Amino acid sequence: MRGKVSRKTIFAFLGPSVIALALIGIAPLLYALWTSLHFFNLTKLRRVKFIGLENYGEVLTDGAFWQAMGRTFYLLALSLPLQLALGMGIALILHKPGLTLLKTLARLSLVLPMATTYAVVGLLGQVMFNQKFGVINQFLSPFGGGSINWIGDSSNAFIMIVFWDVWQWTPFVALVLLAGLTMVPGEVEEAARLETKRWWTILRYVQLPFLMPGLVAVLILRTADTLKLFDMVFTLTRGGPGSSTELISLMIQRVGFRAFDQGLASAQAIILLIITIILAQIYIRVFYREV
Amino acid sequence: MAAAAYTRRSTWTQIALLALIMLVCVFPFYWMVTTSLKTQIVALESPPVWLFEPTLNNYREALFEDGVFRTLLNSLIIAVCTTVLALCLGIPAAFALARFEFRGKKDLWFWFITNRMISPIVLALPFFLIARNLGMLDLHITLILIYLTFNLPIVIWICTDQFRSIPYDLDEAARLEGASQFTILSRICLPLAMPGVAVSAIFSFIFSWNELMFGLVLTRTTAKTAPAMAVSFMEGYNLPYGKIMATSTLIVIPVLIFALLASKQLVRGLTMGAVK
Repeated sequence: MRGKVSRKTIFAFLGPSVIALALIGIAPLLYALWTSLHFFNLTKLRRVKFIGLENYGEVLTDGAFWQAMGRTFYLLALSLPLQLALGMGIALILHKPGLTLLKTLARLSLVLPMATTYAVVGLLGQVMFNQKFGVINQFLSPFGGGSINWIGDSSNAFIMIVFWDVWQWTPFVALVLLAGLTMVPGEVEEAARLETKRWWTILRYVQLPFLMPGLVAVLILRTADTLKLFDMVFTLTRGGPGSSTELISLMIQRVGFRAFDQGLASAQAIILLIITIILAQIYIRVFYREV
Repeated sequence: MAAAAYTRRSTWTQIALLALIMLVCVFPFYWMVTTSLKTQIVALESPPVWLFEPTLNNYREALFEDGVFRTLLNSLIIAVCTTVLALCLGIPAAFALARFEFRGKKDLWFWFITNRMISPIVLALPFFLIARNLGMLDLHITLILIYLTFNLPIVIWICTDQFRSIPYDLDEAARLEGASQFTILSRICLPLAMPGVAVSAIFSFIFSWNELMFGLVLTRTTAKTAPAMAVSFMEGYNLPYGKIMATSTLIVIPVLIFALLASKQLVRGLTMGAVK
């Protein structure tokens, strides 16, 4: 019978991976759970002691924690619609027949932003958005915006984060949607084009069903990646000015490694993990109901 | 007539829009490279200058005086080792998931994939404490191991798909000849699965090479990675912008080459686990 093998063979093939991932993926989580139940400050290691759920109580009632969480979702709420709208537009342009060479070049250049090291994106942001010698302000100066303080102003800094997130991930959305568009059978699309000239009607009634799996994937991955986002924001603003760009992962990093309160940071991390799991469950329930 | 004019105009619009897409994607890289060729004085001119006499001084200084060369080497060692390790562990697992039937296969598969969703900061805290207790901070092996948390799932995911696409008849024929599962994997399926293996290796390399946070938290000097080095230039008041951009250029060039090589599969790899 197909695929019937002894337990020993299965273990020989799968065991190493399972053990490795358990050791590096699960064991640390259990340790974080232990840390989160203790007063555990790196500068006061003599005083580590069990304090039950005190850290969790502190996190759950901490306004700053929920603000950082809110900020993270606010970023998602601002950048995801932009990425979807721009990505859809780019996908439609690339899907239009003709200009093969130019389209290939455009597709290749779309690959660049999403492969770029996140930290380098942040550094580029520092250079290009500098108030005095940044090229962005040079571009804006004919329109009367020549000396905008991007990095030092709270709301401008947040706009800058949105900008780079959109720059880096719109290509991804565009290429995912383009893959969906190419799934539409040629005859179906041609027949629809004979019926109507309006691109919106075709998009809505012919192409959208083929785009759904891609859209779901984008929604899930952008949510997960925004909750994970650290490198780019850290190099660009370090969460500042003040805490105006301090996303949840930056906050946990600051509490754990710059305020040295590992106990509290672990509690925050566990709560973040729980929120991630709940969101993943909701997404799976809503979008993969048929499974 | 009117229709032809309409098509011509819309072709020009399409050309203009495609050019705009390319410009927006590529311009930051142009700016990065040109800034890396500026002296500090030119780099700090306001408004920025577009024409200047280029110099390679930033590269020389960054690479050989500030130790960027060594951090690039560290990044290379770590990315290559973790990729090789992920392939060694992941390929047999992917083969088993693609070929064997056993209970709990779906759950195991799901667990591998969900590693993609977990925020690295959740692992960074305990991993730091464990590495500190074991005296493993600032060692290459620590990063090599923790990078497996995202490399192993990507290898397993891509390779499972690849193995599934290989006809089962080949296995059957080999088994009738008395070949063991291991022989079937190494002699028959692996050579045919090479495209998938190569793509997953490229992914694993890119992800490890690009990673900053673990590098920042788990290394100090000897195992410091290139992104962590680039960030450490950002301290102080008089930032050496040319040098920072030179370092950035050196970091980004290898990943861009790899990304272009794997450009067809890049999107698929990034959607890992979310598209069936």
